[in-house]
Amino acid sequence: MSDVVEKTLTALPSLLSLDSQPGSAKLSSNSKLGNLIRGITELTSKHEEEKLIQHELSSIKEQVSSPNTTMRQMRELMVRAVYCEMLGYEASFSYIHAIKLAQQGNVLEKRVGYLAVSLFLNENHELLLLLVNTVLKDLQSTNLIEVCMALTVVCQIFPKDMIPAILPIVEEKLNHPKEIIRRKAVLALHKFYLIAPNQVQHIHNKFRKALCDKDPGVMTASLHIYLQLIQENAEAYKDLTASFVTILKQVVGGKLPMDFNYHSVPAPWLQIQLLRILSLLGKNDQRTSEVMYEVLDESLRRAEMNHNITYAILYECVKCVYTIHPKSELLEKAATCIGNFVLSPKINLKYLGLKALTYVVQQDPKLALQHQMTIIECLDHSDVIIKRETLELLFRITNAQNVTVIVEKMLDFLRLSKDDHTTVDLAGKVAELAEKYAPDNEWFIQTMNAVFSLGGDMMQPEIPNGFLKLLSEGFDSEEEDRKLRLFAVNSYISLLQGDPSKLPQRFLQVICWVLGEYSYLKDDLDPVVVLRLLAQLLDMKGSSSDTKSWVLVAMTKLCWSETAVSVAQQVAETYSSSFDTTLRQRAQELQHLSRDSQLHSRVLPPGGSLEPVEVDSSLSFLDGFVSEALSAGAAPYKPLHQRQEELSRSKALSLEPYGLSLPISTSSCSITDRQSPTLLSTSSGLSGDSTDFSHRGSSTTLKLDGVRRVWGREGYLAQKEPVEEVAQVEIPSPLRSPGQQGDADSCHSRTPTANPEGDREKQQLASSLFGGLSSQSSVCLMEKSERFGRKAKGQRASSTPNEQRSDPSVSSSSAVDNLLCNNLLEENSEPIDSSTKQTFQHPQSLRVPNGACDAEAIISDDDTKGRNRPVSPEEHVEGDDFPPCEDKSKDLSLTAHLPAELSGFSHSEIIPLCSNRSLDLSACHVQTDNTVVLVVFVTNSSEDANLQIQVLSEELEVCCPCESPVEEVRGHSVSVRQYSLTVKRPLVHFELVGRLSYSAAGTLQSMQFSYKLPLTSFIRPLTVSTEEYGSMWLAFSHDTKQNLTLMKEEQEPLSATLNALKKKLSLHVVEIIGVEGLVACSLLQDQPCLMHCRVHAGRLAVWLRSPVADLPDCLLYHCQRALQEH
Amino acid sequence: MQFMLLFSRQGKLRLQKWYVPLSDKERKKISRDLVQTILARKPKMCSFLEWRDLKIVYKRYASLYFCCAVEDQDNELITLEIIHRYVELLDKYFGSVCELDIIFNFEKAYFILDEFLLGGEAQETSKKNVLKAIEQADLLQEEAEGRV
Repeated sequence: MSDVVEKTLTALPSLLSLDSQPGSAKLSSNSKLGNLIRGITELTSKHEEEKLIQHELSSIKEQVSSPNTTMRQMRELMVRAVYCEMLGYEASFSYIHAIKLAQQGNVLEKRVGYLAVSLFLNENHELLLLLVNTVLKDLQSTNLIEVCMALTVVCQIFPKDMIPAILPIVEEKLNHPKEIIRRKAVLALHKFYLIAPNQVQHIHNKFRKALCDKDPGVMTASLHIYLQLIQENAEAYKDLTASFVTILKQVVGGKLPMDFNYHSVPAPWLQIQLLRILSLLGKNDQRTSEVMYEVLDESLRRAEMNHNITYAILYECVKCVYTIHPKSELLEKAATCIGNFVLSPKINLKYLGLKALTYVVQQDPKLALQHQMTIIECLDHSDVIIKRETLELLFRITNAQNVTVIVEKMLDFLRLSKDDHTTVDLAGKVAELAEKYAPDNEWFIQTMNAVFSLGGDMMQPEIPNGFLKLLSEGFDSEEEDRKLRLFAVNSYISLLQGDPSKLPQRFLQVICWVLGEYSYLKDDLDPVVVLRLLAQLLDMKGSSSDTKSWVLVAMTKLCWSETAVSVAQQVAETYSSSFDTTLRQRAQELQHLSRDSQLHSRVLPPGGSLEPVEVDSSLSFLDGFVSEALSAGAAPYKPLHQRQEELSRSKALSLEPYGLSLPISTSSCSITDRQSPTLLSTSSGLSGDSTDFSHRGSSTTLKLDGVRRVWGREGYLAQKEPVEEVAQVEIPSPLRSPGQQGDADSCHSRTPTANPEGDREKQQLASSLFGGLSSQSSVCLMEKSERFGRKAKGQRASSTPNEQRSDPSVSSSSAVDNLLCNNLLEENSEPIDSSTKQTFQHPQSLRVPNGACDAEAIISDDDTKGRNRPVSPEEHVEGDDFPPCEDKSKDLSLTAHLPAELSGFSHSEIIPLCSNRSLDLSACHVQTDNTVVLVVFVTNSSEDANLQIQVLSEELEVCCPCESPVEEVRGHSVSVRQYSLTVKRPLVHFELVGRLSYSAAGTLQSMQFSYKLPLTSFIRPLTVSTEEYGSMWLAFSHDTKQNLTLMKEEQEPLSATLNALKKKLSLHVVEIIGVEGLVACSLLQDQPCLMHCRVHAGRLAVWLRSPVADLPDCLLYHCQRALQEH
Repeated sequence: MQFMLLFSRQGKLRLQKWYVPLSDKERKKISRDLVQTILARKPKMCSFLEWRDLKIVYKRYASLYFCCAVEDQDNELITLEIIHRYVELLDKYFGSVCELDIIFNFEKAYFILDEFLLGGEAQETSKKNVLKAIEQADLLQEEAEGRV
């Protein structure tokens, strides 16, 4: 037998067509694994292999379950089972035996057992629980190798619920005399930190000890933990900066043992890890950055050898230099480095050079200019990866001047791309650029057509939604809107007349909607033609039922002529018996509306535009209904997730620690997910008809908020500005003459000059690509004005952007118009221009007196007040009209009458309540630390009077500390009354009604007034620790979830958003952990509300919890509001 | 690091180590698609790939491809050197390593990998230390085998 094996073995190298060499002599000559492997290599077909492995597996199965199998045999069997799994055949029967082997075997059998376990099982496998005891035993073993094995397996897989069982022992190992044990223990803790951060919070100072370990290996291992910790919260570790710098200095200076050298570079892994940590610490922090300048300079200097490993360090240095607070000398050196990368003939370095350029180009656009010819070469590189990265770079430098060329290049790439991921990503980017910089209507529509056809149905739904929103909302000029829509209609008609079966479903849906809404704009077009074209889509094989719904809705909008009706009726009949309920519904609508032309014109007025709708997302208009139902004994509503939670809680004990009960992903409960595409079309036509539809409208609104990201990336321009000046100095002429370009060419690129024809082409391309870049300042102005316009893309609407700027009164008056409509959405997209901002914010503060309003704000707002007064709808003025010009002096003088004990606190704007010839009543509210006080000022401009004021509210408790209800007010003086307010039941806004009766000169008169204040006046920050937060969270029963818009900050969108909320609503930010934020506040007198925020898919998923019913909903409304105003 | 795969020019998987929890199905799909993608690339092409939402670094040594998926902020070049260091370790251990060594002694290759990379992070970058750890364990094995 062994003879045969011997022979096979010698024949093997040639058999496998591999080089014969001494290594193969070490093959485990008589092992069964060897036989198996040899057997497989002899096979010719996949089918034979399958048969052989199945046979093998059944023989393994038989042996492992036999009681006579020794551990030694078991070890061999496990190796074979692992091999079979690697080939893709399942051997799950052996999992339990692998655990048994780890448990019962001797040291080496254990080794294989542990290996098999770590390869077979993944973190969530239930069998892992069986491993805990074995690990525990081995950790306590006196045999070092067993301890090592146990730690190794712990670092790879361990059930997180069982961490507490072994944590103390692992911690103990941090003091072990052997460095290998200490090192593995540190890595095990790192692993614990990754899977269950709460469990290891108490041992943070042990990490510090590991950082100071005398063994460089242990210290290096501890850096993994620090990198993670600092990524999550850099602030807490700033004090370690100097230590990290010292370590890096020592490493760079060659102070580590030679063992750690790699190709004569000292500990490169350690260096890179440290550089990453430093860049996190120095980000946006000048003082910390200054500490590291010297060592960075040294690292850049030392890494000069021509080897991959030095390039790796250099690349990390460059990234660090560009991330921390800038220092010009370092930036210069880093720029040179990037240049060397980009120009390198080594393709890997070139790729990284492009990546680095992409990373820095926003800070330093001139770098891209320097390398323009190389970039253009890369654009036609044979490796798609290089091409793709170049497009990414171009995407970052796109502006109004080069957009057509860059988009063309991107579309070219898209046409050839086969990878779905790339397609989705790139289609999104083209759409973003098109919306932002489109030079004209025609180009815009054609580009979007290309995006829709190439992006197909994988594309993010935001793109078609955003596009339709854009079309429907239009821009400043009616005429431009009409042209754009007409152009779209024309283009789509011709597409449908071609071969629509090739178009993706999403695109067809867009086409349907546009034709339904706007085909009336085309004068010579008979709606019947459109109807026929649409009907043809219904018969197409590939049409999804979603698309069919869109078609039917579009037809419903179009069937107002007689011939059209007959076509529509026919279609409606076919589909009114469809099995698909949505389709049936649409068909019914079509049938009914086409029959009744009067109803049709009422429901779908031709040319009817999208009426904006104010959305009360807290559904406060249902409050009455709900309270009625509750008082009639109905159970309070619990959201789905809460019900499920309670259900699961009642079923089983939860082992999950606090952190895990937080929402993993709240996307499933966001409103946006519930929306079907057809809603968009219906809501636009029927908006405002019923509350139901207005809510659907709201979901569209919310969804499209996310799209806004596409319109303008704040920070992008802001970052550019300071550097642009530099660019200007360096490159005097924005549009280079060909001669100059030749110069640039010869210095910066290695283009062979032998091919002048190709060169010229490239240079032309260069000038079209980089033209805009070199004239940054003008581009920048244009972009700014673009943002100041009513829409981010105002530029396209009005052919010259300057037109818009020259006439600010137009834009500000349109802002007032929008406010009159009370449109939430419009407010959101309002300009940031400071002059319009005032007109925009002011009426708001009138309607909703803002507690944070201070005296200074009142003064600055005063000049616009007169204009806004009449438009404020909520203001109740009974009695004589108020002459607006008097306001200013009155406000100021009344402020002086504020009671002394309240003067230290912020008060809202003083607003007039009512007045007549002799009396003026004004009021404001003051927020103290633990109360809200309504202060009423009575100005008596005639003789002495006795007066009585009553203030009432359903939802607020009003308490008047003053002694007698009747008070005498002396003539020509101001009297002040205070009422302390307490919340009975949370509401979005509270309304107080009051009645003033007074007798003067023997006559009795009375006046009524009302006062409104928001819930936010009663909100105070709640200072709790993360642990307290955790226990409170679980205790609260009322909650709500929603996705909010994230602020578009480049750097820290989460903390920026939370800070904005904190400022506006006076919340307390408990902690920000990575992408999650914990926020707490309380409604006066300890009625807490907790908010958990999580960044998810570019949105902020918030989850509010409180013991007080309605509080989460009301607060959510204000959060939403606050972010929209921002 | 998210995972490491070793596969032959014929697309046969020789070693797989996953550092992120994925189901068997996902693992199979990823390795199948990735192997195809990499095998289709020409030798002079870039060693880095943006593949789906992963960042892939790969290198070919003789008939074997070594391929790692790393996080977005990880350094590509150092990952390439991690692969190289692993090959050096294998080479030192087996003495001029070839694909057959890894096929027939794949469990040894795993042991070496576990001493070098632990939980997806470089555990020990000193070549001497890694080999020392392996040798100690092997020594024990030989003793035990000698006893039997």
